[in-house]
Amino acid sequence: MKKLLVWGGLILLLMVVGLGLIRAQQGQVGQGEQAPNFELTTFEGQTYRLSELEGKVVVVNFWASWCESCKPEARDLEEAWRMLEDRGDVVFLGVDYVDTEPEAMAYLEQFGITYPNGPDKRTEISQAFRIKGVPETYVIDREGRIAHRQIGPFQSLEDILAVIEPEL
Amino acid sequence: MKGMLSKWLILAAVGVILSGGWAVSPVLAQGPTPSDDEINEIAEDLYCPVCENIPLDTCGTEACEQWRGVIRDKLSEGWTEEQIKNYFVAQYGDRVLAEPPRRGFNWLIYVVPPAVFAAGVYLLYQGFLSWRKLEEEPAAPEADDEQSSEEYLSRVEEELRKRQ
Amino acid sequence: MAANIGFGTLWLTLIFSLFGVGAAVYGVKSKDRAWIDSAKNAMGLTFPLLTLTVIALIYLLLTNHYEIAFVGEVTSRSMPLYLKVTALWGGQAGSLVFWSWLLAGFASAVTLRKWDRDREFLPWVIVVTLVTLAFFLILSVFFENPFARLWQTPSGITVSFSQPPGGLPFVPRDGQGLNPLLRHPGMIIHPPMLYLGFVSFVIPYAFAIAALITGRTDDRWIKLTRGWTLWAWLFLSLGLVLGARWAYDVLGWGGYWGWDPVEVSAFMPWLAGTAFLHSVMIQEKRGMFKQLNMVLIILTYDLVIFGTFLTRSGVLSSVHSFAQSAIGPMFFVFIALTLAVSLGLLMNRWNDLRSKNELNSFLSREALILLSVLLFLGILVTSFWGVIFPLISELVTGQKVTVGPPFYERATGPLFGGLLFLLGICPLSAWSFSSLKTLRRLIWVPAVLSLGAVIGPLALGVRRWPALLAFWLIGFAFAVLVYELGRDVNARRKRRGTSILASLGGLVRRNQRRYGAIVIHLGVVMMALGVIGIESFQSETQATVPEGGQLELGSYAVTYENLDNFNTNDGRNVARAEVSVAKNGREITTLYPRRDFFFDSNQQVTIPGVRSTLLDDLYVILIDWKEISADGATFKVYHNPLVKWLWIGTWVFILGVVIAAWPDRRPRAAKAAVPNRSGVRA
Repeated sequence: MKKLLVWGGLILLLMVVGLGLIRAQQGQVGQGEQAPNFELTTFEGQTYRLSELEGKVVVVNFWASWCESCKPEARDLEEAWRMLEDRGDVVFLGVDYVDTEPEAMAYLEQFGITYPNGPDKRTEISQAFRIKGVPETYVIDREGRIAHRQIGPFQSLEDILAVIEPEL
Repeated sequence: MKGMLSKWLILAAVGVILSGGWAVSPVLAQGPTPSDDEINEIAEDLYCPVCENIPLDTCGTEACEQWRGVIRDKLSEGWTEEQIKNYFVAQYGDRVLAEPPRRGFNWLIYVVPPAVFAAGVYLLYQGFLSWRKLEEEPAAPEADDEQSSEEYLSRVEEELRKRQ
Repeated sequence: MAANIGFGTLWLTLIFSLFGVGAAVYGVKSKDRAWIDSAKNAMGLTFPLLTLTVIALIYLLLTNHYEIAFVGEVTSRSMPLYLKVTALWGGQAGSLVFWSWLLAGFASAVTLRKWDRDREFLPWVIVVTLVTLAFFLILSVFFENPFARLWQTPSGITVSFSQPPGGLPFVPRDGQGLNPLLRHPGMIIHPPMLYLGFVSFVIPYAFAIAALITGRTDDRWIKLTRGWTLWAWLFLSLGLVLGARWAYDVLGWGGYWGWDPVEVSAFMPWLAGTAFLHSVMIQEKRGMFKQLNMVLIILTYDLVIFGTFLTRSGVLSSVHSFAQSAIGPMFFVFIALTLAVSLGLLMNRWNDLRSKNELNSFLSREALILLSVLLFLGILVTSFWGVIFPLISELVTGQKVTVGPPFYERATGPLFGGLLFLLGICPLSAWSFSSLKTLRRLIWVPAVLSLGAVIGPLALGVRRWPALLAFWLIGFAFAVLVYELGRDVNARRKRRGTSILASLGGLVRRNQRRYGAIVIHLGVVMMALGVIGIESFQSETQATVPEGGQLELGSYAVTYENLDNFNTNDGRNVARAEVSVAKNGREITTLYPRRDFFFDSNQQVTIPGVRSTLLDDLYVILIDWKEISADGATFKVYHNPLVKWLWIGTWVFILGVVIAAWPDRRPRAAKAAVPNRSGVRA
């Protein structure tokens, strides 16, 4: 009986640590995987759910006002949005990662961002995508799968369009 | 003409006074700026949402400065410490608190260590009982080499001297 | 060239280690001494070989060989020479080699002892030690090679030891430089000391496993490793205190311990090791609790590996952790295997280890030591749970939580208090027997005297009962220890007619362990005083003031007098503030808190100005994330009562361990044998 307890305890402990290790090593949501469903409420109060956007190409960009490397790609992202806006089947969503509202609004105004942006309440969305930092961008295809993961900033407008176009 | 001028001057003066008052009133409505100490008292119980395991009062990043700024703003609006902490949790999740909030699964963190310790005390007690020898007479404490050996030696030598 | 020598000797050491393991096992199976001796020689060679590896790596660090990736990560041209050497342990790859080198040092040292009496232990000690060494070497050779180079390839910059196809050597002009936080004297000796502590516990563990395998259920293995265990415990204790000292000096939060998960991971082996240190005394004196001792040493070893794993695998993120890498799974497998094998061997011998445990008195010294072991393990379980829980919580609920100081302090505070109390009572209790009556007779003098320790704080206005209780416990323990010492010195003086000092010297020579232990415990009591002071009574203030401005904290006033801004010749820009400190209106000193900005790594550190007395520390630090200029600078002032006793206590502690562990040159016959009730004692 004692033996069972001891070995059982050991196996339980190893399982917990092992799972923790797997999770730590896991990295972000993988290409080809189904994107996790999430709900984003914008600064203006509008709510978007990924499940309701099926059939559209969704570009999810994680950013923060205190993130220096997010700034260069901000303008390019906005320009890409303006080019694709009229199509009606592309959605750009900006997820503001652990930020403060005044600074976030100032950031959006500085770069003239017009696509919907909202705070990542309780870091639920970033945890679902398992991001390791900002900026990170995920292009989700019409079936809801991750078509492209951009870890770090986009280098140019062309790069952004290059990863979205195949999904259109 | 002088009457016109003075009318305009008065209007201008009133305008200046009014605009000054308009500028002043939001500050009055806010109250005195909270001191760094008041901010730190709340910040030291919170953790930086981004860099893990660093308390908010000693974190030096720009983001942490912003969060302390949020605390400052909320304090000057009259929020209590509890309200501010709840706000941070609602924004950034449970990990900004210095210990897990007492609900649901988190009860385990508080309950397990005392339970295990109590189990240990119980086991030890059982052990003590089972290790007791059945004979009753407690033998005289032995002369231990470490314990009071000097005293013992002194007594022995004294005894020996007495018997000289 | 140097890199090739370094990597070559690294490989060679790995091969020798694996050979040693194989030869030792073969020697046992075929009962051939020659093979075992061969294994011993292989183990003896590991240290010289790895020394060559370390020399090669240090050479590369000193000579700015930035084509070696590791060199670029941790050094830069502007760094002073001595820092380039210490950069060896400033990054994952180098610190793993450093670890292996220290372990090899102990491994080779073990081969030098006289093995004639204990030949049956030898092969298994070799196997355990070399398997551990081989594991760390495998990590270095295959996963974190410090000699790997940078190559320019069509797909970008890659890192590998040998030239990849289409790759050309890539030599950066300068390196990133060591993290500024690591450029402090405390940080220079903290990792080596900590690693020494971790690594040296491998030897007692190896002997324990050897005893399990060979069926030597007597305490020969404990006798052989008594010295090792004591020194290992000293190094580990020092490593932890040095970390605390560095945190206090450099990190700028006026504290010394944050219950950060990585700190706790290093603390756990210390808890198990301290419990082990105390528990083996019972086995030596009374032959009891052999099973417990085996459990404790296995626990200590595996907590060392586990702590290293947690720090380096990225499972925990904290200010301490290294960048995530592939070694996590390797560590996991190694821990799983060593735990399983150790437990299996232990279960196998479990019944043979069963000793006739007799404990007649709940208050005898054995009982009290056992109680202290329970308390140490209680703190260990709490710490372990606190470190693991965020992982479990995230797995089960998806929510990340932080387990921080409030949890640990509340849960472990009473346990530490209990230990302090036992520290006071235990010396008064006798082996085998003590009753409430005998204890009461001995206790009342120290108990009464220690009330004095409470009167002082009460007079100063302290009302919080936990703090008052803590002061009483400290006073009580201190009184008991001094009383014990005084009684013995007095008796010897009366008998021999010698002076106090001579009596003390004579006593120590006769029984190093006892008096060493008394001094160690005195040191611990002083450290407890420091901890209580700063934990219960720390106060702080922060404000932005222009030159001439003042901050007030209690009876202290800190005035910002002047600012100096200059560049040094080792790559720093220094902003140094001059502040004058006044107490109760009278100026007492001038302090120079400063901010150092390092050009190479683009990072900065702040160094506080501290006025330290036995009564309190006044600690002034520049806040470096705000502007520092003559128009305004932000200062944070901490008042830390009694914290100096934490450092003084450490010195006393070290003295005590040296006394206890110093090789005893007296011939065997002179040491009296202690008969006990069971009658069997060596």
